[in-house]
Amino acid sequence: MSERRLSPNLVIGAALVTLVCGVALLSVIWTPHPHAVINVAQKFAPASAEHWLGTDQLGRDLVSQLMVAAGNSMMVAMLAVGVGCVLGTSLGLLAAARGGWTEEAIMRVSDLGFAFPALLFAIMLAAAYGPSLSVVVVAIAFINIPIFARVSRAAANQVWHREYVYAARAAGMGRFAISRDHILPNIAAPVIVQATIEFAVAILTEAALSYLGLGAQPPAPSWGRMLSEAQTLMYLAPQLAIWPGLCIFVAVLGFGLLGDGLRDMTDPRLVRERRA
Amino acid sequence: MSYFIARRLAGFLLTLWAVSVVVFAVMNVLPGDPALTILGIDSTEEARAALRARLGLDQPVILRYLDWVAGALRGDFGESYSFGVPVSGLIAERLPLTFSLALSGMVVTVLLALVLGITAAARHGRPGDWGIMLLSQMGIAIPAFWLSMLLVLLFAVKLRWLPPGGFPGWGDPVAALRSLVLPTAALALVQSAVLARVTRSAALEVMRLDFVRTARATGFGSRHVLWRHVLPNALVPIVTIVGLQFAGLVTGTIVIENVFYLPGLGRLLFQSIANRDLITVQALVMLFAALVVTANFLVDIAYVVIDPRLREARG
Repeated sequence: MSERRLSPNLVIGAALVTLVCGVALLSVIWTPHPHAVINVAQKFAPASAEHWLGTDQLGRDLVSQLMVAAGNSMMVAMLAVGVGCVLGTSLGLLAAARGGWTEEAIMRVSDLGFAFPALLFAIMLAAAYGPSLSVVVVAIAFINIPIFARVSRAAANQVWHREYVYAARAAGMGRFAISRDHILPNIAAPVIVQATIEFAVAILTEAALSYLGLGAQPPAPSWGRMLSEAQTLMYLAPQLAIWPGLCIFVAVLGFGLLGDGLRDMTDPRLVRERRA
Repeated sequence: MSYFIARRLAGFLLTLWAVSVVVFAVMNVLPGDPALTILGIDSTEEARAALRARLGLDQPVILRYLDWVAGALRGDFGESYSFGVPVSGLIAERLPLTFSLALSGMVVTVLLALVLGITAAARHGRPGDWGIMLLSQMGIAIPAFWLSMLLVLLFAVKLRWLPPGGFPGWGDPVAALRSLVLPTAALALVQSAVLARVTRSAALEVMRLDFVRTARATGFGSRHVLWRHVLPNALVPIVTIVGLQFAGLVTGTIVIENVFYLPGLGRLLFQSIANRDLITVQALVMLFAALVVTANFLVDIAYVVIDPRLREARG
């Protein structure tokens, strides 16, 4: 990357992510109206100065619901990707540090994770333990473990062959200390890129599961569940089917673009290949 | 090459076995008594015990697992709690619809992605390329179920050209096909977004190679060069992604069937979850996971068939 110019992906992605996270944070301290207050007299109100995007079938303010749903969605994605990232990266580091049959065993077990698409795994858990947001978090986290194990192990294996690692070993530093002090800081870039991309996937998966009735349960607002409620009212109030979907779209697009942009920035080889 | 295939086959069978253990473990280490769930709290203890015996729930877990696997290998997945008929019959009834949706989704996805990807590569760096890439970026971010709703809003609610959902059965083929148009479109538009990108970059790689320049210099038209010379040589990465997308197609079909109320396997899965019909859920989850594992295995084999160079490299 000879020029220090930021890619449009990165800039647009960062802007959208800031917007979504900002709204999610804001919803914790302020929404235009209390999001769960029912006012049937006001149902299906059109957009106005009081209700910026109108109200739903129970007269609840749409903007407030979308804001709180943003918070829920970010929380699920953060917990799920966070847990998957920490556990997966630890396993990847362990695999690279130990090598031999430990590495083989960890990698073969994570191959198994790729047999289950996240959605299918979540459906199975929800069927067995009942639908809830915690099931969604566990399912997405679980599916993320092998992804991060694979990414971090591949990156760590490269770092283990650097000279400063040889030097640290020669100086008598243990494998755990080397993993913590030398390997981890040097594999942070690919792990962060992957986390950003998985964040987008997690938002999409949570929305799909909530849409299918396996995620957020009423009255907790969720973009996916708002869409499934809107579907039954499509002839009556088509506008309700637009906004929650647009929110999912913006959030997923933002994290996806940010992930692409970060990857281009941290892996200059890719940029050159793409430009060639 | 046969060594390579044998190794892959062994890995494939091992993965299938491991998947069956995971599915069985998740579905059978349940809190609560399935007999109580099915019969309700008013049932007598004797009735529940009889049902447990009938379902084999009084057996040790290991025996139940072996029983389940032995049955599954014969195509017998047990009897559904809620429908009271064999699960294999339920699956056979609904399979044609799911298969039709998945197949039409796959075909439209591949056609659309190849046309868009090759067109974008041919217009590399020009507005046509940017436009297609922008659309594909948006397609990756759009949830399939929301796109379905937008399609229904436009084509069923506003224009009234197509039905908003449901399936009239194969008795009336025209009506049946009409009801599959929107689900197929929703599935394919989302899936082809990723594939179009891969096709574009694979085609761009190949277009730099000498033989393409030679073909152009020989006087072949650019369309001929693109479709006859560039595309066949760009197939390896494209097939990889088609295989990886199979998982997305499977989950996509589950979701889309529920959006459009299509009585296929995905809808059956959700009806069974609602009825706590765990035997059916277990069979369907295993079936879907097995499909994904099989697709991954076939992709591995396909590499060797498409690219003869890999035969020697992989031994």
